[in-house]
Amino acid sequence: MISEKVFGKLKILAESAKYDVSCASSGTSRPNMPGGIGSAAAWGICHSFAEDGRCISLLKIMMSNHCIYDCAYCINRRSNDLPRTTFTPEELTGLTIGFYRRNFIEGLFLSSGVIRNRDYTMEQMIRVVKDLRVIHRFNGYVHMKVIPGASSALILEAGQWADRLSVNMEIPSENNLKLLAPEKNFESILKPIHTITDHILQSKEERRKSNHAPRFSPAGQSTQLIIGATNDNDRTILDLAGKLYQKRNLKRVYYSGFIPVNAYDSRLPALASPPLQREHRLYQADWLLRFYGFNVDELVSEKEPDLDLSLDPKTVYALRNPWLYPVDINKADYATLLRVPGIGQKSARMIVAARCHSRLNSAHLKKIGVVMKRARYFITCHEIGPPMSVQDLKPETVRQLILHGPKATEGVQLRLEF
Amino acid sequence: MKILSFDGTFDGLLTLVYESFRLKVFPEMIVSSGDQGVTLFDAPVFIPAEAEKAERVWKRIKERTSREGAYRLYMVFLSEQPDAPELIYQYIRHMVASSHNIETDFAHPVVVDVLNIHRKVMREAHRIQMFTRFQQTAANSYYASFAPIYNVLPVSIAHFRDRFADQEWVVYDLKRNFGFHHLNGEIERISFETLPASVLTGNLDDRFLHPDEKQFRKLWKNYYHSICIENRKNPKLHRQLLPKRFWQYLPEKQVEKG
Repeated sequence: MISEKVFGKLKILAESAKYDVSCASSGTSRPNMPGGIGSAAAWGICHSFAEDGRCISLLKIMMSNHCIYDCAYCINRRSNDLPRTTFTPEELTGLTIGFYRRNFIEGLFLSSGVIRNRDYTMEQMIRVVKDLRVIHRFNGYVHMKVIPGASSALILEAGQWADRLSVNMEIPSENNLKLLAPEKNFESILKPIHTITDHILQSKEERRKSNHAPRFSPAGQSTQLIIGATNDNDRTILDLAGKLYQKRNLKRVYYSGFIPVNAYDSRLPALASPPLQREHRLYQADWLLRFYGFNVDELVSEKEPDLDLSLDPKTVYALRNPWLYPVDINKADYATLLRVPGIGQKSARMIVAARCHSRLNSAHLKKIGVVMKRARYFITCHEIGPPMSVQDLKPETVRQLILHGPKATEGVQLRLEF
Repeated sequence: MKILSFDGTFDGLLTLVYESFRLKVFPEMIVSSGDQGVTLFDAPVFIPAEAEKAERVWKRIKERTSREGAYRLYMVFLSEQPDAPELIYQYIRHMVASSHNIETDFAHPVVVDVLNIHRKVMREAHRIQMFTRFQQTAANSYYASFAPIYNVLPVSIAHFRDRFADQEWVVYDLKRNFGFHHLNGEIERISFETLPASVLTGNLDDRFLHPDEKQFRKLWKNYYHSICIENRKNPKLHRQLLPKRFWQYLPEKQVEKG
């Protein structure tokens, strides 16, 4: 029987956990073990979507919302007058298994405020995850937060039970962290990130030699940055993200538009609504860094340190570098195709494959799934028609055409009659 | 106008392909014998299914294309779209006529159409993995039902068998009135004469429910609403990601009576 107490705790601790944006359940493939519950699918599965449009894949929950820290941006800061509570390991494992068996979730995302001290908190969290794996033989996905400053021995143990570990950086620069969370420092956040990276690489190396070597955080590690709580520009943020991907091997950096949960704190900006558009552009830029072969300097420069809010970063890049276009669809290699606005990885791969069979024209591209609204100004397929590349029309005209459609700029636009 | 008809099964369609090539009769229209209203034109010629002939065609398809390529045609068939049989037929003809694997010939209209229907069917199959909601019964087994737009239950079962290996469960397609029962790795196709659940919501009758079930549904609903960030509400995106046609089957979206 489920007690009334669990209902109350679930409400409080879910509300405390909701500002963590990560929801990924991908990256590990673990088949069901005989006698065990569940499996992890490499591609990840969302099970529901909240009314804010965010995916619900894991039971995202705090073990406790008590916290000894007083960070300005955090809802659970010590000085906030909130109902506080803590789950017992049995309550948490019971909920996870109960939800999992009903196909509500892919697994557990466990986070916590810092109770007593950092190591004690980590120990309690590890106990929950270990119970799931050992007692309940749970094979589903587990994402576990690492408490900054916890000992490396505990981090090592956490990585043996969890699929993914993460340490939230939250504030992208050291001086702003000092301002908003004076009890923390950059060093104590970066250290566990380094420790996790080292263990992941080491475990990968050992598993290359032997299949029986234990896995360590097999779905890698991630982190989260809050956007718009500080004066850090997009260049600072993307630069940090780029370094985390390249040097620290991170799987994901999440960007979370700042929500003024503690409006009374004068160190924080007063925003009418969270900067969702900026967050969206940052994610697009993040994708360009990870999958499209772009580097940070190509997207944001010293002179223009912020992303354009009205156009996606790839289109902005193309308009700034018109001499690289138009690209010949029937000849350009994969890497070049990826740099065309409106062409994604999937359509670039399809274009390269389809060219072996026949020449492609714009009607083919449309069927393949290329977004012609943007792509048309940056490609050529040797069709007879009016000149319309970014070179002929000039970047500013193309910008207007993409933003407002050909109708608004009628006269310039001609129709293809072929 | 040459019209060929088959019994509505995948084997039947493959047999039709076999006979069409053997007799060199190339139909302008293919209909499933269950379809009405085609007698406006000439009477269709019915080709009865023969497992052996179907098997031969399937083998040839697999020689000519990758395993996924062959499987893709089956997925298009499961879409149950009226033009799917014809599309599959055209695809096989194109495949036979070409000297090389046509799978990546995305400039060919038939290849792209097959790919696009396949994508839609895959998406629906994935949604089944996402939005299936089991209810625990008093007998400690689990039950789920829903009405997918395409006939994707047969291809979603393997996922559930792997994941819920130690549970006894039933997943049921309310629209097509069949489902699968799982116990200890054995899967069996079933069809209820009297449905134990509501057709509207897929909810089991109260008398079958485990005493904890309603509590768990309430907990989940409670969690679902707590996790939403009010300042970020986005109804349009929400409906796009979680189509309304699923709402009636999801405990978190169901409106409590009374």
